[in-house]
Amino acid sequence: MTQAIRVEGVEKRYGALHALKGVSFGIEQGEYFGLLGPNGAGKSTLINITAGLVRASGGHVSVMGHDVVGAFRPARQSLGVVPQEIVYDPFFSVRDILRIQAGYFGCGREAWPWIEELLERLDLTDKCEASIRQLSGGMKRRVLIAQALVHRPPVVILDEPTAGVDVELRRTLWEFTRELHAAGHTIVLTTHYLEEAEALCERIAIMDHGELKALEKTGDFLARHPFRFLRLSIDGPGTVPPAIERLVCARDNDELELRLTRGQDSVADVLDGLRDAGFRVTDVHTREPSLEDIFVELTGDSDE
Amino acid sequence: MNSPVDQAALARRFNPRGTWTLFQKEVRRFLSVIGQTVLAPVITAVLYLLVFQHVLEDRVNVYPGVGYTAFLIPGLVMMSIIQNAFANTSSSLTQSKIMGNLVFLLFAPLSAAEIFVAFVAAAIVRATCVAAALYAVGWLFIPLPLQAPLAAIAMLILSAACLAVLGLIAGILAQKFDHLAAFQNFFIMPFSFLSGVFYSIHSLPEFWEHASRFNPFFYMIDGFRYGFFGVADAPISHSVGVVILFFVLLSGVALQMLRTGYKIRS
Repeated sequence: MTQAIRVEGVEKRYGALHALKGVSFGIEQGEYFGLLGPNGAGKSTLINITAGLVRASGGHVSVMGHDVVGAFRPARQSLGVVPQEIVYDPFFSVRDILRIQAGYFGCGREAWPWIEELLERLDLTDKCEASIRQLSGGMKRRVLIAQALVHRPPVVILDEPTAGVDVELRRTLWEFTRELHAAGHTIVLTTHYLEEAEALCERIAIMDHGELKALEKTGDFLARHPFRFLRLSIDGPGTVPPAIERLVCARDNDELELRLTRGQDSVADVLDGLRDAGFRVTDVHTREPSLEDIFVELTGDSDE
Repeated sequence: MNSPVDQAALARRFNPRGTWTLFQKEVRRFLSVIGQTVLAPVITAVLYLLVFQHVLEDRVNVYPGVGYTAFLIPGLVMMSIIQNAFANTSSSLTQSKIMGNLVFLLFAPLSAAEIFVAFVAAAIVRATCVAAALYAVGWLFIPLPLQAPLAAIAMLILSAACLAVLGLIAGILAQKFDHLAAFQNFFIMPFSFLSGVFYSIHSLPEFWEHASRFNPFFYMIDGFRYGFFGVADAPISHSVGVVILFFVLLSGVALQMLRTGYKIRS
């Protein structure tokens, strides 16, 4: 089956800056795909190349088998993009904006019922005659999502759709994208919220410095990284022995967080070591690595 | 949320509905601020007309049997056409770039030629609205029937198209409104003022008369004036030819910029 998006050896240079260094991967039809990476990793550049906003310096991108440059019409017809920034045309009402966007894609009045359905599904019906300027940030974000869907594209890219939105709206958007996915859309999500990718995406690509660092099923990602975390509350006058100190990854007053490698570091050894060093362990928690832990390990960037 | 793929849309080689939508959007954009886009230019031109009519009506006689006010009206109408056709495309494009909503157009399956046609056609509509309003107001000063209406209409459309394309180029190049203002103040305004709006180039010293013939705006105004009086400084065929040539050259540049995505698709 034709891949929803195929990226082959894509390079992008901005003068001396090598923003993308020959990235290649494919996204299958019907997938919910996460594209992660710190700022400057090249995610937005790659999305913009796919959407036709940026020209690649080398390589090819195709959407549903259509090259985004050579066959731009079917490629763009197959793609809906929710941009990262909240941008809008201040001259028109919400409904007009959606009808205009549908018109750009060759859809006339036959698309109007679908537009009304989108307005209703995204809780915009009450505001459909209002100028988009009058809407809250969250509502503007929903209009952007509706704009991306007016021409019923099989592939939808959401570029950080939940950045800066409140928790309730974030949950609503998650639910909405799940429904789109269930209806057969291929969803590509870029996000800084790793819990979001973990909760939604079937497969994840991690980019850093213009390169693809990892590409795996989300579950495999989490399973493949053979460590877990042990959080201890300790009490006592002792000094943490060096063999345990090397495992400490976070410390907060009387609490320690240790990263244990499976098959190598045992919980029992840690507890015995601390007891021998004069500590009393008052509480114990363990947790499996989150996507965030793996992300930090792969990109070496603790800010993300 | 069922979303069947539109196979006909995927196979489409042209996007006439998309082009029509963009054209309509651009027309609605200027109509939504009609006070700024149509009314204001008419008032400005009427002020020029009042002042120059008062000062020069009895002192200047350009063509035999044509009073100065009558001579001035076609010049002012064409100057308004020039400035408003330029403003329509340039301000729309620059504003979309600055506000970021140009992406919605760039996401769409529209070719460079389709975007070009829609923008230029909408600018011609605005220029025509301004010209018609100004002509109607001018009628109150002096009734001015057209001697060669086809020539006047052809020059209106061709000149508006030229300036719309120039506005597209300026809009593509401009990164902020300052750049656009500079283009307007240092290029459009001087060339339109020095093109015979207020005078016949035959009244200029020889050097400046020759220099004026290198100004394409002169042919727009002169050819348009021919439509009113049946006489002009240059033969109408020259005026039409020069303006068509100017349009072709500018269109080549603008289409190439749109095709390559110069400054809009980085």
